[in-house]
Amino acid sequence: MKYSAISLFANALSGHKKWPVQFPDKEPKKEYDAIIVGGGGHGLGAAYYLAKRYGITNVAVLEKGWIGGGNTGRNTTIIRSNYLFDESAAMYDHAVDLWDGLGQELNYNLMFSKRGVLMLAHNVHDVQSFQRHVHANRLNGVDNKWLSPEECKAFCPPLDISPHRRYPVMGGALQMRAGTARHDSVAWGYARAASKLGVDIIQNCKVIGIRRDPDGAVEGVETEKGYIASKKIGVSAAGNTSVVMEMAGLRFPLESYPLQALVSEPVKPVMPCVVMSNAVHAYISQSDKGELVIGAGTDQYTSYSQRGPLHLQEHNVAAICEIFPIFKRQRMLRSWGGIVDVTPDRSPIVGKTPVKGLYVNCGWGTGGFKATPGAADMLAYTVAHDAPHKINAPFNLDRFVGGRLIDEAAAAAVAH
Amino acid sequence: MFEIHCPYCNEKRSEIEFAYAGEAHYVRPTAQEQTEMSDEDWSRYMFIRDNIRGEHAERWWHNSGCNMFFNAIRDTVTDKFVMTYKMGQPRRTETQIEAARKNNAEQKAKS
Ligand SMILES: Cc1cc2nc3c(=O)[nH]c(=O)nc-3n(C[C@H](O)[C@H](O)[C@H](O)COP(=O)(O)OP(=O)(O)OC[C@H]3O[C@@H](n4cnc5c(N)ncnc54)[C@H](O)[C@@H]3O)c2cc1C
Ligand SMILES: [Zn+2]
Repeated sequence: MKYSAISLFANALSGHKKWPVQFPDKEPKKEYDAIIVGGGGHGLGAAYYLAKRYGITNVAVLEKGWIGGGNTGRNTTIIRSNYLFDESAAMYDHAVDLWDGLGQELNYNLMFSKRGVLMLAHNVHDVQSFQRHVHANRLNGVDNKWLSPEECKAFCPPLDISPHRRYPVMGGALQMRAGTARHDSVAWGYARAASKLGVDIIQNCKVIGIRRDPDGAVEGVETEKGYIASKKIGVSAAGNTSVVMEMAGLRFPLESYPLQALVSEPVKPVMPCVVMSNAVHAYISQSDKGELVIGAGTDQYTSYSQRGPLHLQEHNVAAICEIFPIFKRQRMLRSWGGIVDVTPDRSPIVGKTPVKGLYVNCGWGTGGFKATPGAADMLAYTVAHDAPHKINAPFNLDRFVGGRLIDEAAAAAVAH
Repeated sequence: MFEIHCPYCNEKRSEIEFAYAGEAHYVRPTAQEQTEMSDEDWSRYMFIRDNIRGEHAERWWHNSGCNMFFNAIRDTVTDKFVMTYKMGQPRRTETQIEAARKNNAEQKAKS
């Protein structure tokens, strides 16, 4: 069924009780041309692009829980592409380009809203480094502009820009093409569209082993639902990537950390954009439901627990109150955590692995939601061609041996 | 928030007094070894960590307490500490960890 104003109206007449299922729950076949491990936005998107762009439709997505139950459904949905290095600009901007029109393409309301992302500068170092970012971005054709404190205030009225604050606002870098989207819709929209093209979405199907032939190439995966054969396996397992790679005898330059977020009680629209502050260390936006969405950096220790300690949430909220005293009496409603896979240079790894037929998309850490369509497309391209696209070629695993790092670590200082 | 047993203070203290300090028993190659080792080995030393889902040997620092570093075994799925031990002591064996697990369970049953 095509979703439209007409279908909405027709289904309203039947009390919304006759909507067809969005995509069928499938049991695995014996063999596929390609398998994607991990049913997050990246994995589902990769399956969609394999079928849509690269002509491989006999594909399964294997998800150990429910689709979108990982970081895709746990993030704070900030989308931006104002990264420093040329490689990153190409990668993230490819994603931002794909976000445009994605809702139409998938026939699914992703609620993609280009409300702008404003990064605040609180000291001379911030001002200098953000202005450097603005110039570097513009040289790469990525929109980003510098705002004075008064312009910041005009763009985001709840902001306190009085100069005697402990961390005064000395200006900000604004990317207008940046914003937010509805994260669950991204998973569901890709799943529905991929399923229509013949992809099997298989939930509650944890991959527990990778089988290889005598030459070392992959043959298939052992799962909770039995053995499934495939000569091409793309792994997109975010925080659990190290665990899956270990099944193929590979050790990856990744550490898995909890990253927490929280939302307030819903209130009337008050935050028009996304605001990030690296120095005070927090970021905030408002969902269409009215909740203030708040996040900051990862927890300090590695973990797979999908939860974190309360004192870090206190830290996040304190930082928000520092920048927005107006929110001091706002009550918090829910908090949660996801497990993010962090690389030493804070840039992702997307490409081939030393094992033939095994491909990987990981290391997006605290900031991969924004990249979902781009990462998905690059993984699909690499699986289909057995070679990386020129956009993801620099994001290879070998850079950690050769030393050609893409060191975005300093560029974002706060999770996002 | 959890409590961590510092083997130097010999006391359980709140997590906020401590800082995580990465994988334990990590040996830095000597200057001589560094000049001779391959890029692959250097990369392994620099960038590859265990990142275990399960019991992980790791270093902690009692930075707002006695200021000493120590090692710990923690389950990264539950975040529960199995044991902590002083710096310089060798990597814990499976039998030692098993004994600590048993001991913890007994202590818990008693309290
Ligand atoms: C609190 C928080 C806030 C964030 N905020 C932002 C933000 O504002 N902007 C931004 O760009 N990014 C943000 N991120 C990061 C972003 O969420 C991730 O980088 C991105 O969602 C990763 O997508 P994915 O599809 O690769 O991962 P996931 O959605 O985690 O998908 C991986 C899937 O693999 C499955 N899996 C794992 N192991 C197996 C196995 N053995 N067998 C089968 N399936 C398996 C998991 O169950 C999971 O569903 C945030 C993350 C968190 C936790
Ligand atoms: Zn101590």
